[in-house]
Amino acid sequence: MSISRRDVLIGGAGLAAGASLLQSPALAQANIEQGATLRVLRPTKFVDPDQAIFNENTEAFTKATGVPVRVDYAGWEDLRPQTAVTANTGAGPDIVVGWADDPHIFADKLIDLTPIAEDLGKKYGGWYPIAEKYGKKDKTNQWVSIPMGASGAPAVYRESWVKEAGFDTFPKDLDGFLRLCRKMKEQGHPAGFALGNAVGDGNAFCNWLVWTHGGYMVDENNKVAINSKETIEALKYAKALYETFIPGTLSWLDISNNKALTAGEIGVTQNGVSLYFSIKNSKDEKTAAIGKDLNHATMPVGPLGRPSEPALVINAMAFKHTKYPNAAKEYLRFMMEKEQYDKWLTGCYGYWAQPLKGYATSKVWEADPKIVVYRDTWERALWSGYKGSINEAAGTVNAEYVVVQMVASVCAGQATPEEAAREAERRAKRYYRT
Amino acid sequence: MAVAAVETRTTYKLDQSWLVRLFDNKPFLIAICLFPAAALLLVFLSYPLGLGVWLSFTDTRIGRPGYFIGLENFESLWYDRVFHTAVWNTLLYTSVATIGKFGLGLWLALLLNNNLPFKSLLRAIILVPWIVPTVLSAIAFWWIYDPQFSIISYVLVDVLGWRETYIDFLGQPWPARFSLIAANIWRGIPFVAISLLAGLQTISPSLYEAAMLDGANAWQRFKHVTFPMLMPILAVVLTFSVLFTFTDFQLVYAITRGGPVNSTHLMATLAFQRGIPGGQLGEGAAIAVAMIPFLVLATLFSYFGLARRKWQQGEDND
Repeated sequence: MSISRRDVLIGGAGLAAGASLLQSPALAQANIEQGATLRVLRPTKFVDPDQAIFNENTEAFTKATGVPVRVDYAGWEDLRPQTAVTANTGAGPDIVVGWADDPHIFADKLIDLTPIAEDLGKKYGGWYPIAEKYGKKDKTNQWVSIPMGASGAPAVYRESWVKEAGFDTFPKDLDGFLRLCRKMKEQGHPAGFALGNAVGDGNAFCNWLVWTHGGYMVDENNKVAINSKETIEALKYAKALYETFIPGTLSWLDISNNKALTAGEIGVTQNGVSLYFSIKNSKDEKTAAIGKDLNHATMPVGPLGRPSEPALVINAMAFKHTKYPNAAKEYLRFMMEKEQYDKWLTGCYGYWAQPLKGYATSKVWEADPKIVVYRDTWERALWSGYKGSINEAAGTVNAEYVVVQMVASVCAGQATPEEAAREAERRAKRYYRT
Repeated sequence: MAVAAVETRTTYKLDQSWLVRLFDNKPFLIAICLFPAAALLLVFLSYPLGLGVWLSFTDTRIGRPGYFIGLENFESLWYDRVFHTAVWNTLLYTSVATIGKFGLGLWLALLLNNNLPFKSLLRAIILVPWIVPTVLSAIAFWWIYDPQFSIISYVLVDVLGWRETYIDFLGQPWPARFSLIAANIWRGIPFVAISLLAGLQTISPSLYEAAMLDGANAWQRFKHVTFPMLMPILAVVLTFSVLFTFTDFQLVYAITRGGPVNSTHLMATLAFQRGIPGGQLGEGAAIAVAMIPFLVLATLFSYFGLARRKWQQGEDND
């Protein structure tokens, strides 16, 4: 049973007609097909300049190669189904800048990107290991996608309130973090982490929590392993930490922590860099003043011994159904080259942190010392589906809030840590069966 | 002459083209007139419904064709605690919200049926909750119920000082359920009130006069005149209202996404959650299909229980 009827949603083929026949000498070596045109689908912007700069870079590609490119922007929640339909029907965009796991689900329908990925790696100081994990087909050395950026989720906190609580710097360990949150709560500045069905923020907090305690959803062989001692420790810690939260976090959606931090209701949360800039650049003076007091820090590290914040990854893939594979590959390479990529990275204030180590020296990371922590997003991140493969089941477990609800049910007092871990195991097994 | 005339007419009839004869053919005419409607029904109702039922017997995921797996989806739902909660929530949501909507809606209709100043203006205003797009009113309620920025909490705590803490409307299962039910009732009242008002206005005033002459008080007039006369429309409105409430999606999805910890999922939201963001189209379809028996039951109940009274069939009310 196919769901080809859904390709109506993509808005028809609508390939840009009238391809330019002009070809610049530069593309002779890339072998771009005569009369090539491309269609690109990517998620809609999260910070304002994202879309404008992406379009500028695309125009630069058209100018350099004569290949007209049409870029479509899909809403965050629509992107995944649209990617799936494109893959399944072999129609629609040639390139999709999709979510983290998507290229792995459709790996056999994608063009091999190994040559450009290796070139880019050589040229720009190598890929971060997690970026390689996201780019390469599971347990092979074949690149099926080009990770383009990741939005991290470190702690965002109010500097003055942390000082008031008697901490010179943001604590690096779990005990210190709990003490800080307790103290801040006493002083009327509770913490606030989303525990509702918030697909971004809820998963960010709960995955960090489980991972940093040494727990994981599946082991290296994709066997469900969430019901472990480590998970139960994590849940006990969560329960204690939850006491220091502002009331109502069980119903928080993705936007709620942004609202609460902007209003000065909470002293610490977790978010991408966008929140800092939206507060700092606010036209309202009171809000802008909060921006001066904000800072970022790596989330505390527990028994795992390494940072373990999840990151929201965008992962570009080119489909085999494209008529112009060389043009598609060339487009991806072009967008990752310094002239284009650095402009995009900088213009987005570092929202999409670089997967290539060379860009760590980009000017964007010098502009404001407070955002430096986002520079190492790929360094700290663990992947979705850690320790197993990046696959469909991992995506579903996130979308179904299995980890979030495990944590939330313990915090709400609806389940003991043991019960919650068992329930999460039961649910995950259903998605991980083959 | 007469015979000749008949002959002429017969000859004329034979001259008609096959097309004209075709269009004079009753069965053909019926078929061709029904065709557009039947085609629309088939393409936009039967096909999606059939596809939904078929999907529920497969393990289809988004972007991947599925295989027939028989009743496995339903088996898994049978043991799924989240699904149980969703069924229970849907029944609770539908019954409490329907009772609320009918109580308040009937009351409102009775009030509006009196001679009030600015009657038509008032009736227009009453319709507002029904006219506002659901998603907009859902977002308004989302703010009203926000744990930090709720206007209700603000008034109670900061203005009146009656409470110490802000109310956590959506953070616990029961308050969250009733918050959603309240929002649904608010939205549903106008439909009930306006429909019942239309029904009230068809009741002849002479019946009330006769009752009053017999010395009936207000309650007796309501019980013995208004209520029975209103029964037919009440049944129709009840059926529609139950169906709308049972399949409600937008309010819940916009306000809680089924949280906290799945305690406010309705069958409709759970079907969407599993099917689209979760990618398990087959399982989502199975949940949606599981709604059908409930809907059929509700419809039959309203239809037989309320509508088919003897007096409606034109017999004497003995």
